[in-house]
Amino acid sequence: MTFFGYERPDGRVGVRNYVLILPASVCASDTTRIIAQQVNGAVTFNNQQGCSQVESDQQLTMDVMAGYAANPNIYGTVVVSLGCENCQMDLVVKAIQERTNKPLRQVIIQEVGGTLKAVDIAVRYAKEMAAEASLLQKKEFPMSELIIGTECGGSDPTSGLAANPVIGEMSDRIVADGGCSILSETTEFIGAEHILAKRAASPEVHDRILEIVRRYEKALRLVGEEVREGNPSPGNKAGGITTLEEKSLGCIHKGGHSPVMAVYDYAKQVKAKSGLVIMDTPGNDPSSVAAMAAGGAQVIVFSSGRGSPTGNPIVPVIKITGNKLTFAKMEDNIDLDASPLIYGEKTLDELGGELYELVRQVACGRQTKAEALGFTEMAIARVCNYV
Amino acid sequence: MKNAMLIDAADNVVVAIEPIQKGGPVEYDKNGELCTLTALEDITIYHKLACRDIPKGEPVVKYGQHIGSAVTEIKAGQHVHVHNVESHSENF
Repeated sequence: MTFFGYERPDGRVGVRNYVLILPASVCASDTTRIIAQQVNGAVTFNNQQGCSQVESDQQLTMDVMAGYAANPNIYGTVVVSLGCENCQMDLVVKAIQERTNKPLRQVIIQEVGGTLKAVDIAVRYAKEMAAEASLLQKKEFPMSELIIGTECGGSDPTSGLAANPVIGEMSDRIVADGGCSILSETTEFIGAEHILAKRAASPEVHDRILEIVRRYEKALRLVGEEVREGNPSPGNKAGGITTLEEKSLGCIHKGGHSPVMAVYDYAKQVKAKSGLVIMDTPGNDPSSVAAMAAGGAQVIVFSSGRGSPTGNPIVPVIKITGNKLTFAKMEDNIDLDASPLIYGEKTLDELGGELYELVRQVACGRQTKAEALGFTEMAIARVCNYV
Repeated sequence: MKNAMLIDAADNVVVAIEPIQKGGPVEYDKNGELCTLTALEDITIYHKLACRDIPKGEPVVKYGQHIGSAVTEIKAGQHVHVHNVESHSENF
């Protein structure tokens, strides 16, 4: 199977063709919003970090910024910094250039003389890039060029019964095509990590799977907290999920049955065509989706029993539910109904095939429900408090 | 009419796939065979109920795996949820 996408100079293939106005810190985020509003085809986001962070915390922010600029859905990037923040322009530019050779321009607000001058310069840079981007013609590529990120949020028992197994079936097909699928959400491996670890392709990957789970639990204990305190959420419980173990056993169905080839830290660059891999992300959806987008995923597939609205500024997010009541109530937010699997009306093979075809169509440009609503909210994971 | 689902033959809970009323029949499939029990409580759609008696302290099993342990004795047909199940860390 094939899809039509945009070839980038670094050899990767995008499914969207945006210009990214990248705020290097919270102090540049209002400015990038104003800039992006002036340019058709530009996207931005509200970066709440970028300053007053310790090194390990700042690294997560840097990896999301560099990964967003390098994501193949982005034609080119205009970085906007205030000037005095910890995520200095030269650091951000270096991190981006280590990942990609795509078009890159820079504007430092304090150097060019304030917000209005920065907006003027950055809008001109961005308009130039958007004009260049518009000249690109889509080409046909094999499905193996796709990196698909998988996520679940607002889960209920139907996620484990239907939506996640259907995502797993789609994931196995992408892997069989020679592509890559990312399983995320470390907190939601807890209680199921032994099953995932058994599927590791090597002893190193086996140990890494157990390590990221223990590391996550330990990090929360350092501040005197237990992961089970906030997970499952009130909505998970109202839906019928009782314990974190039950939630996790449903969650890992998203990884299908393929062997786990590698484990990546948060927002690190994922190698294309590498089969099923794991990324160490929080169960929190906007920050987990952001990490996979930064890792290079061109499309996210997201299950929700309760009905989540989450989108993303640079990557289309496809929603799927296994709950027939939720699909009936929230069809404006959800792209695919997987509940026929529970009622024996469709097989896993049929629904996996439908989702695979939907992924292919979205890769070709079909708008997801979250895109049609213009939903772009995202978050970046944190290690600790500001300094 | 089937109104519940057994995910794994080792499970001691089934999932209601329709709303189930107290005293009503619970019907689910186990390896192609129709099994029936009586609901002892109203069960919200997609919530769990015990398909076997689960003694206090014993594991609650779903997906063929432990999802917690029973904090009181749970009778077949009773709602299984946060009020009678406790999460616990297992060392894998």
